Amino acid sequence: MAKKRDLKQKISWELAPAPESTGHINLKDRYDLFINGKWVAPKKKKYFSTINPSNEKKIAEIAYADKSDVDLAVDAARKAYDGVWSKITPSERAKYIYRIARIMQERSRELAVIESLDGGKPIREARDIDIPLASNHFFYNAGWADKLEYAFPAKTAMPLGVAGQIIPWNFPLLMAAWKIAPALAAGNTVVLKPAETTSLTALKLAEIIQEAGLPPGVVNIVTGFGDTGAAIVNHPDINKVAFTGSTGVGKIIQNAISGTAKKATLELGGKSANIIFADAPIDQAIEGIVNGIFFNQGHVCCAGSRLFVQESVSDLVIKKLKERIDTLIVGDPLDKNTDIGAINSKEQLEIIKKYIKIGKEEGAEMYQTSCKIPNKGYFCAPTIFTDVAQSSRIVQEEIFGPVLTIQTFRTIDEVIQKANNTPYGLAAGVWTDKGSRIFNLTTKLRAGVVWANTYNKFDPSSPFGGYKESGFGREGGLHGLSAYVKLV
Amino acid sequence: MFLFFIYSLYLTIHNYFMTVMGMLEKKLSELGGVPTVDKVGVEERVARFKSRSIKKESKMQGLKMALNMIDLTTLEGKDSPGKVRQMCYKAAHVHDQFPGLPTVAAVCVYPSMVHVAKKALKNTNVGIASVSTAFPSGQAPQDVKIRDTKFAVDEGATEIDMVISRGKFLQGEHNFVYDEIASIKEACGKARLKVILETGELSTLDNVRLASDIAILAGADFIKTSTGKIQPAATMQVTYTMLMAIKDYYDKTGIMIGMKPAGGISNSKLALHYLIMVKEVLGEEWLTNQWFRFGASSLANDLLMQILKTETGIYQSPDYFTID
Repeated sequence: MAKKRDLKQKISWELAPAPESTGHINLKDRYDLFINGKWVAPKKKKYFSTINPSNEKKIAEIAYADKSDVDLAVDAARKAYDGVWSKITPSERAKYIYRIARIMQERSRELAVIESLDGGKPIREARDIDIPLASNHFFYNAGWADKLEYAFPAKTAMPLGVAGQIIPWNFPLLMAAWKIAPALAAGNTVVLKPAETTSLTALKLAEIIQEAGLPPGVVNIVTGFGDTGAAIVNHPDINKVAFTGSTGVGKIIQNAISGTAKKATLELGGKSANIIFADAPIDQAIEGIVNGIFFNQGHVCCAGSRLFVQESVSDLVIKKLKERIDTLIVGDPLDKNTDIGAINSKEQLEIIKKYIKIGKEEGAEMYQTSCKIPNKGYFCAPTIFTDVAQSSRIVQEEIFGPVLTIQTFRTIDEVIQKANNTPYGLAAGVWTDKGSRIFNLTTKLRAGVVWANTYNKFDPSSPFGGYKESGFGREGGLHGLSAYVKLV
Repeated sequence: MFLFFIYSLYLTIHNYFMTVMGMLEKKLSELGGVPTVDKVGVEERVARFKSRSIKKESKMQGLKMALNMIDLTTLEGKDSPGKVRQMCYKAAHVHDQFPGLPTVAAVCVYPSMVHVAKKALKNTNVGIASVSTAFPSGQAPQDVKIRDTKFAVDEGATEIDMVISRGKFLQGEHNFVYDEIASIKEACGKARLKVILETGELSTLDNVRLASDIAILAGADFIKTSTGKIQPAATMQVTYTMLMAIKDYYDKTGIMIGMKPAGGISNSKLALHYLIMVKEVLGEEWLTNQWFRFGASSLANDLLMQILKTETGIYQSPDYFTID
């Protein structure tokens, strides 16, 4: 038995770059709006650039829709709803949705690369999670389209009409699928606005929808900024608003639609608790922590950004966590070995940096990995803060980046109280070897999703949504479908 | 006077046994207890290692490293001196048509073949490992196992691959398993001891972890997954669990323990993923054949094929690579 330091020779085995090729993707220089089954230039002829956050290079120009363009899109959606989509048989609807799902599968490689290029997420995640899951949402909801009477027994499920949908930049194509698939299955038509930094895969989805031969106007995709979204929300002929994004914007939307007949589901921010008990399988819990906060650079509304560790194992957990995050590879999102890609935009990087500064000023102890970070592009090393208080701003406010705060606890009551002591309530994680403790906590944690001995697991059949300021309504599963029907 | 002598002898023996009996529990608790292992979590972690893409120069380096970590093995009832001699020649001259290749780490044979291997491997760096302790079942009395081990060492084995008594382990007789390993370690003398857990018979990862800790505490220089005679043999999940035991022990004591997955690793891609796992769990210090081995026989030729393909750009027929 030799001590480590006695060893003379030290081997170095680095991974050579393994970039995913981009030769197979097909991107135009300029994208117009997808209205009534056709590509339409914006009325004001305004365009904006979408850039690659990993090298700050421009990828394409995207149309900037204003109110008149949104009017056109809503009008097309209304005509498609009245004329075709609410009239055809449910099995016909299913046929189209299945077709979209299949074409997405066929083009998954191209979609994954574009998702990674445009949004900065590692190709591994885009390829293994985003794209397969997005296509699965279409498959799942297509199955319900002609079985609504079984989904909602003893009731008749009627569509709502035209749905206005606004989605965020963290899972661009997946969020589009979450929104479009149940809306179509239930017989609604759609006007969807992707986030301004990540419009490309939604526009590729428009191409797929064209290829699938969907009747014109059933899905319309308008690109733009906040004012484009506001035009959709405020349009009098919208029956349902579905929004995923920040709590701030969610509040504005709720204000805007109050007093109208518009239905809404809002899926907003979070500051979710990930709770490690002393009897947990520690090494797997470490993976859960990493997956909880560093998945998709921490741009996850349900990220496990507040870690609670039982005091007796806190030193061990923190030590192991630091060692583990030291092995994470930060860099080119298109490299197949990259674990953490680029921060989505310069603005978001500034926000994250601001919170890291606040954390230091609040006296918390910071640990950042010493991994190499590219010179160009927007990157942030995995960061953890210990010695934080429940009242620290970095513990209270959503950072939406790869920043974790760690608190310790002694008793179950204490951790329940602290975990619930937040305006948010989207998700939580519980790590313990004791089954009864899991069930005890799932009833007491005020969060829409509670994961036990795992974290950040998604499935089309499982509902997802929040408590309190994390929003209302559920997406996914039957619950998600029910948000797009009225039951009579 | 005589009675007093008898009494003091009794006390000495009694104390000796009490110490040994309590030794394992004491040592385990000093390590902070045996952690629980979650199978689903382990599978997910392993999937991450398997998604690593190993290309170009890192692939070449990895392939050569893997070749240099192989324990070229023949463990059959029909093994002949001629077969062992051929394998030993191959171990030291893996593929002479392509100069610059490393040798394998060791050959692994039954005790009765050790003297043949010793003669055949004179003046090479290739080690001689011998299985012992009534391999593969371990179903023999302890004195037989110790003699088996001493015989192999006397014949010239530089490494001993022992099997644990899985029956006793599953019965809950952990002290027995601990003591047995400790006694074999003593019989090994200077030879390095690899302890085979036969994880295919242990049924849970929790058991694999406990058996790993027992073997390490009892003096194993290496822990090894399998005999190769039981299915499943080595898996990445089991190996990961054992690597974590090695890591936790190193973190507590600063003492390095080696790892040897054996059986079922027959292609290069899988071998590279094992090496990635070792690198990311234990660090690059473990990436030598002093600390990591593959127990395999067909892996060597697959590595050769891949090395030559990487070097020349052409896949060659298996017929160009000698079988032993």
